[in-house]
Amino acid sequence: MIPLSHFLILGGLLFSISVAGIFLNRKNMIILLMCIELMLLAVNMNFIAFSHYLGDMAGQVFVFFILTVAAAEAAIGLAILVVLFRNRRTINVQELDQMKG
Amino acid sequence: MTFELFIFYVFATVTVVSAVGVVTIRNPVYAALFLILAFFTSAATWILLEAEFLGVVLVLVYVGAVMVLFLFVIMMLDINIDPLREGFIRYLPLGILVAVVIAAEIILVVSSDVFTMAIPDAMPADYSNTEALGEILYTEYVYPFELAAVILVVAIIAAISLTMRKRNDLTKHQNITEQVRTKSSDRLRIVKMKTEEKL
Repeated sequence: MIPLSHFLILGGLLFSISVAGIFLNRKNMIILLMCIELMLLAVNMNFIAFSHYLGDMAGQVFVFFILTVAAAEAAIGLAILVVLFRNRRTINVQELDQMKG
Repeated sequence: MTFELFIFYVFATVTVVSAVGVVTIRNPVYAALFLILAFFTSAATWILLEAEFLGVVLVLVYVGAVMVLFLFVIMMLDINIDPLREGFIRYLPLGILVAVVIAAEIILVVSSDVFTMAIPDAMPADYSNTEALGEILYTEYVYPFELAAVILVVAIIAAISLTMRKRNDLTKHQNITEQVRTKSSDRLRIVKMKTEEKL
């Protein structure tokens, strides 16, 4: 049988890898979006592990909602990316300074 | 080592390796394919945790829809990778340092006694995870469930309205206002010409 900490460590490893990915691919917006998806996966892993070990179904319901919101976020993010590329011919985060923020 | 633990280690190793592949590989298409592999193996891990419905949903929704969308966008955009990769080597030590620190902290916390829980007994064979999830979703969480549907509709409308563009030069469409406002003098032009002389 698998102890709970194994699943939590797997989630933590996935999360830290995706944080490193955000550091490494600071300019490529597609990879940044993928790293966010990977982070959400790590969070969902923790939710499901706790849901199983505590015998509480609410964790799985929460994962269901996270999946919904993440799908919506990916769709809108990629739509913004396509519009951005159409207007600027680049997806380099460093060159996106139109708003002078 | 039990067989279950062995399966878990296999899937966990594949997940972590493919996650490293996502963040380090050069070609975005390969990164997307690695992410698909990570989702697949995570779905297997979730099924190991008796969350069968969510495991299947992860494969259907993420691999079937979201990652295909990613691949479509990557193929649509004509990206020059080289300028996007600069700074990769420079930030590699910092990235690894931050990742190691976060991972070490999380591992230190979760391997403490607080997180050691009794391993629950396996559910009986006729237990349906989908049924249990549906029961709680349509009773206790029915209001958030409807909100999730609204969020999806908003996302659809936002994505379509963001990416749609008018292309007047290529499409053949009617302009009703112009058609109604038109007068006979706009369409018909009477040209005075001299008649030809009889031979």
